[in-house]
Amino acid sequence: MIAESMYQELILEHYKHPQGRGLRDPFDAEVHHVNPTCGDEITLRVKVDEGKVLDVSYEGQGCSISQAAASVLHELATGSTVEESLGVVDEFTRLMQGRGQVEADEDVLGDAVAFAGVAKYPARVKCALLSWMAYKDAVVRSA
Amino acid sequence: MFDVDLIRKDFPVLSRELSGGRPLVYLDSGNSSQKPLQVIDTMRDHLAHHYSNVGRAHHTLGAESTAAYEDARDLIAAFVGAPSRDEIIFTKNASEALNLVAYAFGNPIATDERFRVGPGDEIVISEMEHHSNIVPWQLLAQRTGATLRWFKVTDEGRLDLGDLDDLVNERTKIVSIVHQSNVLGTINSVSPILARAREVGALMMLDASQSVPHMPVDVTELDVDFVAFTGHKMVGPSGIGVLWGRRELLEAMPPFLGGGEMIEAVWMDRSTYAPIPHKFEAGTPPIVEAIGLGAAVKYLTGIGMDDVKAHEKTLTEYALGALGEIPALTFIGPRTAISRGGTISFTLKNLSGDDIHPHDVGQVLDDAFGIAVRVGHHCARPLHLRFGIPATTRASLYLYNTTDEIDALARGLHHVQKVFG
Ligand SMILES: Cc1ncc(COP(=O)(O)O)c(C=O)c1O
Repeated sequence: MIAESMYQELILEHYKHPQGRGLRDPFDAEVHHVNPTCGDEITLRVKVDEGKVLDVSYEGQGCSISQAAASVLHELATGSTVEESLGVVDEFTRLMQGRGQVEADEDVLGDAVAFAGVAKYPARVKCALLSWMAYKDAVVRSA
Repeated sequence: MFDVDLIRKDFPVLSRELSGGRPLVYLDSGNSSQKPLQVIDTMRDHLAHHYSNVGRAHHTLGAESTAAYEDARDLIAAFVGAPSRDEIIFTKNASEALNLVAYAFGNPIATDERFRVGPGDEIVISEMEHHSNIVPWQLLAQRTGATLRWFKVTDEGRLDLGDLDDLVNERTKIVSIVHQSNVLGTINSVSPILARAREVGALMMLDASQSVPHMPVDVTELDVDFVAFTGHKMVGPSGIGVLWGRRELLEAMPPFLGGGEMIEAVWMDRSTYAPIPHKFEAGTPPIVEAIGLGAAVKYLTGIGMDDVKAHEKTLTEYALGALGEIPALTFIGPRTAISRGGTISFTLKNLSGDDIHPHDVGQVLDDAFGIAVRVGHHCARPLHLRFGIPATTRASLYLYNTTDEIDALARGLHHVQKVFG
């Protein structure tokens, strides 16, 4: 079964038990991103203080990949510095856009490495990237 | 005798095994159908032995290509009961056929009153249209200041004709409606709408992209003014579609695209145009594709469209039964096989009642079982908005599908519910 390479246990875990879901106050920026091809959407807020990410909160609807990606993002970004987290976003983006040919840097990506299988499905890459792009946007706007 | 096992042998791809030993279960013919050897061989043979440009090449190959291209027009005219072969216009797809008609309206070159459109005039479509039968009319409304109006859809997925007399009125210039919905499967009843259109002097077009492939369609019997359909959904190749229109209207319409072949004589400052159908076929057409579509309708005629329809009705009844037994599956569209084709859309929840996104449904069906369905809004976003859902999963059936494949789908959906349980 090929599906197992995409629906890693970790992805399904995050999908079924999303971390940090729900919109919280206080926040510095809120963004709303949609994936027009499938209607997935996310509203995402960030709270940043002196270069540190205090909270990433979100609400959205969509497939397991987009929902799990938001949950993993929350875990990785919250508590890290803005700079570190943007480094993870860049590495995640590189992995997702690599058409399955890119070797993931596990040290940088942590749990997000579970999404490596998604990169082989061009139609699903946008699902995985939705919340991560929203996060990048929110961080820029919070500055 | 309709024998699905024999039919399947005509379609080489249907015996394909996908990686991991998954047999292909193709339930996405509403999106695009597979092609039989009869079509593939006809196209290959033409390319290998007869190909040249049509109309303008004065040599043996030119004559052979032109004959084959025009023979295809005859075959298609007969297939849809067109009173005249000249009324069959080759386009690149159904979308182009719909645009061709939409651009005839509100065009200052058009002198015929029926094609004049301006502020105060109205265009009527429905909420169950494919984007191809929405956007061209939106553009027409924007160009001319006319008003776009639409029929609503009932919860069962039928056209709501409750306000027919209000919607189609003396201001209406054209009503353009889908014959069979590509999401709901609903087959719309044309006659009440047509009767009202006639009463108020409006023209009527049918988007028959999903009906011509699946049932006998006779344009003379339908008695509408324009019909659009597309080759790739009816075992023909992509790149070729058809507009049928009444001769008298096609003659009154301005040309759509200008170029070679569509002219009679050209001066530096003006041109006169070729008679139909060539008036609407500017430039070198999709020659081999048209010939392939000719082979496709020959193939379908050989099998018999009544039998194709009957087979699909049996499959649709079976599928509505089998899928209807899956807990937490909701059909979007009629739940009975009455006035309904084999396009079956649905949403699915897991056994705890959480939605499973169609992308996840489609991915697991494909990856685990080799089942090809379509997921998303199927180019009918307004219809999905009407039902308050972002997307559906759609299984669409054709002459080569079997009840075994529907059983495979049902098993696959149970598995999906476990994965996302
Ligand atoms: C009902 C309907 N109308 C129009 C179209 C457009 O067909 P094409 O993309 O070949 O122009 C389709 C298919 O996609 C369809 O299902």
